[in-house]
Amino acid sequence: MAPKVLEVKDLATEFKTRDGIVHAVNGVSFELHEGETLGIVGESACGKTVTVLSILGLIPNPPGRVVSGTAHYLGKDLLKMSDEEIRFIRGAQISMVFQDPMTSFNPVLTIGRQVAEPIEIHQGVSRKEALERAGELLALVGIPNAKDRLADYPHQFSGGMRQRAMIAMALACSPTVLIADEPTTALDVTIQAQIIDIVKRLRDQLGMAIIWITHDLGIIAGLAQRVNVMYGGCIVEEAVVKELYGNPQHPYTLGLIGSLPRLDASTHTRLISIDGAPPILMQKPTSCPFAPRCTFVVDRCRQENPPLLSFDTHHRVACWVDPKTGGPRS
Amino acid sequence: MSKDDVLLRVDHLVKHFPIMQGIIISKQVGAVRAVDDISFDIRRGETLGLVGESGCGKSTTGRTILQLYRPTSGHVYYNDVDLTTLKGSALRPMRAKMQMIFQDPYASLNPRMTVGEIVGEPLVVHKWGGTREINQRVDELLTQVGLNPAFANRYPHEFSGGQRQRIGVARSLALKPDLIVCDEPISALDVSIQAQVVNLLEDLQDQLGLTYLFIAHDLSMVRHISDRVAVMYLGILAELADRAELYLNPLHPYTQALLSAVPIPDPVAEEKRARIILEGDVPSPANPPSGCHFRTRCPIAQPLCAEQKPEWRELRPDHFVACHFAT
Repeated sequence: MAPKVLEVKDLATEFKTRDGIVHAVNGVSFELHEGETLGIVGESACGKTVTVLSILGLIPNPPGRVVSGTAHYLGKDLLKMSDEEIRFIRGAQISMVFQDPMTSFNPVLTIGRQVAEPIEIHQGVSRKEALERAGELLALVGIPNAKDRLADYPHQFSGGMRQRAMIAMALACSPTVLIADEPTTALDVTIQAQIIDIVKRLRDQLGMAIIWITHDLGIIAGLAQRVNVMYGGCIVEEAVVKELYGNPQHPYTLGLIGSLPRLDASTHTRLISIDGAPPILMQKPTSCPFAPRCTFVVDRCRQENPPLLSFDTHHRVACWVDPKTGGPRS
Repeated sequence: MSKDDVLLRVDHLVKHFPIMQGIIISKQVGAVRAVDDISFDIRRGETLGLVGESGCGKSTTGRTILQLYRPTSGHVYYNDVDLTTLKGSALRPMRAKMQMIFQDPYASLNPRMTVGEIVGEPLVVHKWGGTREINQRVDELLTQVGLNPAFANRYPHEFSGGQRQRIGVARSLALKPDLIVCDEPISALDVSIQAQVVNLLEDLQDQLGLTYLFIAHDLSMVRHISDRVAVMYLGILAELADRAELYLNPLHPYTQALLSAVPIPDPVAEEKRARIILEGDVPSPANPPSGCHFRTRCPIAQPLCAEQKPEWRELRPDHFVACHFAT
């Protein structure tokens, strides 16, 4: 397997709110290898965005705080770096594409200026050169007449074009790691297909590693090599993509896959619904966060939070129960 | 449901929103052609899915059918009564027969009303009965959608998104309607909650014999819940067919592209699929392309498409399409 570029261990992040402390991320550990695409799947408020924001030092403090953990990028711990140090890495070696293309651009600066900004800052070239490079990048992500559109303002771009410009900006300094936080959720399916097509093409061209955060198991199936499933601030299952869909082990993953209707299904089957609602993480979980909604629940689930243990070579799962037999996992 | 048992007939429906300019002397300078001449039937007891991308006019269609927007031209027949000619007190009893479930369960419930007041409001408006009877009916409705009747005294903020959508469903059922227009009822919900709401809608349809117009942009969910599916693009209908027929045998190039763009949650199936990637964006409905609205993004467009609007024709039994070159 390719060498590790990012290794996150036991990451925990919490937020102080008026009603108490929200434990958004509770001990997340994962690795990312060179050139690999890792999917992080989970529903809203499961901690997937907070995980990556913590890694990049983008959690506003206060109210947020990274409580514990390490995040080693090429041997150096991102969480221990000073603001100065991490600024060299953020946007250059690790860059991020945000969910909402409508609000992530500054409305009073031109697109060209914003795409050129990371080049100017990180590569120390003149503004003119940076703008020229920005034009090339916009062309690369498939914006027609890219050179002429550099002087446009964000409102003159459609949603799909803004998200492409965002990807161009993220790629400006040829990062080793690209983090994409639900980049297609706000877009229509045909535009989503365009964006995914571009990302796949650029990934093969430039060879960067990608962390792709989404709630859509469909996108991940065609894009990622490995998937982390998150629930209640923890990773509950981790596997290579075919293994996860072919042989899901965690009851939550099983429910998630069962609750999706498939476009290519031949008969009408009733969807499997997961009763209840996702937890609000006001207490540090001492039991399995999924236990209140789980159909396989046993006493142990309510007493101890299961650790993420290897089930197979490329498959880890955090569950006391084997969903095939309903008995304890051996 | 038989083919001839039509509950609602939409006939050449058009809805344009005027674009005004000037403050003191304001005049119309154009129109957003949200719905531009569409015709279809909804049969008693069926679920008709209406899919399309944002801004294609699917919600406007739903609202115009319910006469929440008055159409610019065209007719909507409910049991052969033309709703577009009715007004005021003649229209009000018809409204009880047709209800709506809204997209956003956070915005569509008044935060200052209790759940009981929200669900009971249609009953009060339509003078359905006395306080005791209404309270009884509210309890019954809450039970029907899987909520505890004791929740009637609570306020919407105490509930999760899925529970709120159940409250919305209970309110739409209050007057025992025949037709419910579901306007993206699940797109604001989490994946695991979506299945709960969809299963509830299916159960209610079985129990109460409801007819649904299910508006959504999620094609896999529409395929799951619908009997027939209509595909909309920029104010017009592109294709309408039985759900199996549409998904196995799409005739319109837009339907084909739309279907190929939907990801399937199965890595093995994903590997084998060929994607049709459409170029560019949806044009503005204020200034749609001449002829066929889809021609600017269509992979098989010909000069004819710019000159002539394709006819809405029944190419196969019960399979309608608007494309010059569909065969």
